[in-house]
Amino acid sequence: MSTASSLHQSRKRKNAVMMTLCVIAAGIGLAWLALILGALVYKGTAGLSLDVFMQMTPPPGDAGGLLNAIYGSVVMTVIAVIVGTPIGVLAGTYMAEYGRFSKLTTVVRFINDILLSAPSIIIGLFVYELMVRPMGHFSALAGSVALAILVIPVVVRTTEDMLNLVPNALREAGTAIGAPRWVVIKSVAYRAALSGIVTGILLSIARISGETAPLLFTALNNQFWSSNLNAPMASLPVTIFQFALSPYEEWQQLAWTGALIITLTVLALSIFARSLTGRREDK
Amino acid sequence: MSAVQEALPAIRGSRDATVRRFALTDAIFHGLTRAAAILVLVLLGGVAISLFAGSWQALSTFGFSFLTSESWNPVTEKFGALAPIYGTIVTSAIAILIAVPLGIGIAIFLTELCPRPLRRPIGMAVELLAGIPSIIYGIWGLFVLAPFLQTTVQPFIIGVFHGIPGLNSLFAGPPYGIGLLTSSLILAIMVLPFITSITKDVFDTVPPVLKESAYGIGCTTWEVTRRVVIPYTRIGIMGGVMVGLGRALGETMAVTFVIGNAHRISTSLFAPATTISATIANEFTEAVGDLYTSSLVALGLILFVITFLILAIARYMLMRIDARTGA
Repeated sequence: MSTASSLHQSRKRKNAVMMTLCVIAAGIGLAWLALILGALVYKGTAGLSLDVFMQMTPPPGDAGGLLNAIYGSVVMTVIAVIVGTPIGVLAGTYMAEYGRFSKLTTVVRFINDILLSAPSIIIGLFVYELMVRPMGHFSALAGSVALAILVIPVVVRTTEDMLNLVPNALREAGTAIGAPRWVVIKSVAYRAALSGIVTGILLSIARISGETAPLLFTALNNQFWSSNLNAPMASLPVTIFQFALSPYEEWQQLAWTGALIITLTVLALSIFARSLTGRREDK
Repeated sequence: MSAVQEALPAIRGSRDATVRRFALTDAIFHGLTRAAAILVLVLLGGVAISLFAGSWQALSTFGFSFLTSESWNPVTEKFGALAPIYGTIVTSAIAILIAVPLGIGIAIFLTELCPRPLRRPIGMAVELLAGIPSIIYGIWGLFVLAPFLQTTVQPFIIGVFHGIPGLNSLFAGPPYGIGLLTSSLILAIMVLPFITSITKDVFDTVPPVLKESAYGIGCTTWEVTRRVVIPYTRIGIMGGVMVGLGRALGETMAVTFVIGNAHRISTSLFAPATTISATIANEFTEAVGDLYTSSLVALGLILFVITFLILAIARYMLMRIDARTGA
C-alpha cells in the first residue's frame, strides 16, 4: 500500500515538475519577445522625428534621415510584388485546380517548400550571377528581382492552400451552368479564396520588407536620392546594416529608428494578414 | 416553325464558335498556370546551375582541399572553407540544442496546459517572433545581448570553469561578447517559433481518443505527453527540428552582426568565428579578383547543398505525418 502511494506521489511530482518546466519555457519565449520589442521601442523612439522621413541619409557624423532608404525599400518591394504575385498565384492555381492530381504538382510543391525556407543570401548570389554580372553593375532592378523570387514561394503556398479549401460543390455548380474551367476559377474559386490569397500576398510583403541579405550584392546601397532602376538604390535594411556596424553615434541611432520602422511595419502587416483569415480558423 | 428551322444553323454555328472560343481561352489559361508552376522548378534549377557555374573557378583551382583547408587569405589567394563550415555547423547545432526543448515545452504548454482564451494570443505572439526580420535580431544581439554577455555572463562562466580540464578550453576567455555562443543564442531565438508552431501543429494531429484512453487508465498529463503524444508525432517533431535546422544554417544577417567574422577554428565557444553566410555577406562586395569572388560563390554552393538536403529530409518527414492523418 505504501509503495503504491509513494509511486503515486512520485508520478504526481514528476508531472508537476515537467509541467512547470513547460510553463517556464513559454515564459522564456514570451519574455524574449518582450525584451527585443522593448529594446527596439526604447532605442528606436529616441531618434524618431519628422526628419527621419524628410531627410536623406547623412554623411558620417551628421544629422539626417532615412528618406531615400525608405523610398528605395518601397519601390523595390512594390516591383517585387508586382512581378512575383501573378507568377505565384498562377502556379498555385495550377496546383490546386488544373493539376491537383498530377505528378508535376507533387514535385512543384516539394521544390516550392524548399524555396520557401532556402537561405535568402543564396537568392542574392543567384541574382548576382544572373543579372549583376552580365549587366556589369549593381541595380535596383536586380534587387527587385531577388525580392520577387522570395515572394513567389509564399504566394504559391497560400494560394494553393486557400484554393484547396474552396468546396468542390461550388466549382461543380459553376460547371453545371456551362461555364468553362477558367471562368469557374476566375469567378468562383478566386472569389471564394480571395481573403486567403490576399493574406498570402501581405505575408510575402512582410517577409521581403525586412530582407537584407538578397539586397547586399544586387541593389547594393546608395547614400543619395535615386529613382533610377538601373543604378544602385538605398534600402532600409541595408542602410540599417551599414549604419549599425559603423562607429558613428548618429548612424547607430538612425539604424535603431529604421529597425523600429521596419518591425512595426512587418508586425502590422502580419497581424492584419492573420486577422483576414482568423475568423475561419476559429470555427 | 420554318423560321425556327431556318435560324437553327445560325444558332448552332454561334454555339460552336463559343465552345471553340471557350476551349481556346481555357487552354491558354491552363498553359499559363502550368508555365508558372514549371517556372518554380526552373528557379531552383537556375539557382543550382548559376551557383555551380560561379564557383567553378574556385573548385577547379582548389579541388577537394577547398573543403578541408582552414586558410582564407585574400592576399595570397588561398581559400578554404573549413572555418566557415565549422562555424555554421557549431552555431546551428547549439541553437537547435537550446531551441528544441524550449519549443517542445511551449508546444506542450499551448496544447495541454494553456487556458483556452490565452491559447491564440500566446500562439500568435510566438509566431510573431518568426516574422521579425533577421536584421532586427542582429542589431539587438550586437547592442543589447553581446554587451550583457560580455560584462556579466561570460566572465562568470570563464571563472567557474577555469580549473576544469576540457571545459576550460570550451569556455576560454577573453570575453568579447560577440562570438560562437552569442550567435547560437540569437539563432536559437530565431528558430524557436518554427519549431514551436510545427510541433504544436503535429501535436494537434493526435487523435483525442488515444489521449483520452491514456487519461482513462490514470496517466498524468506528462505521462500522456511522454508515452502517447510524443511517440505518435515523433516524425513530425523531427521534421520541425529539421526545418529549424535549415533556417539556422542559412541565417545570415543576425549572425553577421554577432559572429565576429574571424576565419579560424577555435575550441572556445566565446571566440569570434565565422559562418558561410556571414562570410558571403561581409566580403562579397569587397572581394577583388575573380578567384576570391568565385570562392565566395563556392561557399554559397556548399550552403545550398547542405540546406537543400536538410530541408528535403524535413519535407519528407512532414509529408509522412500528413499522409497518416489523411490531410
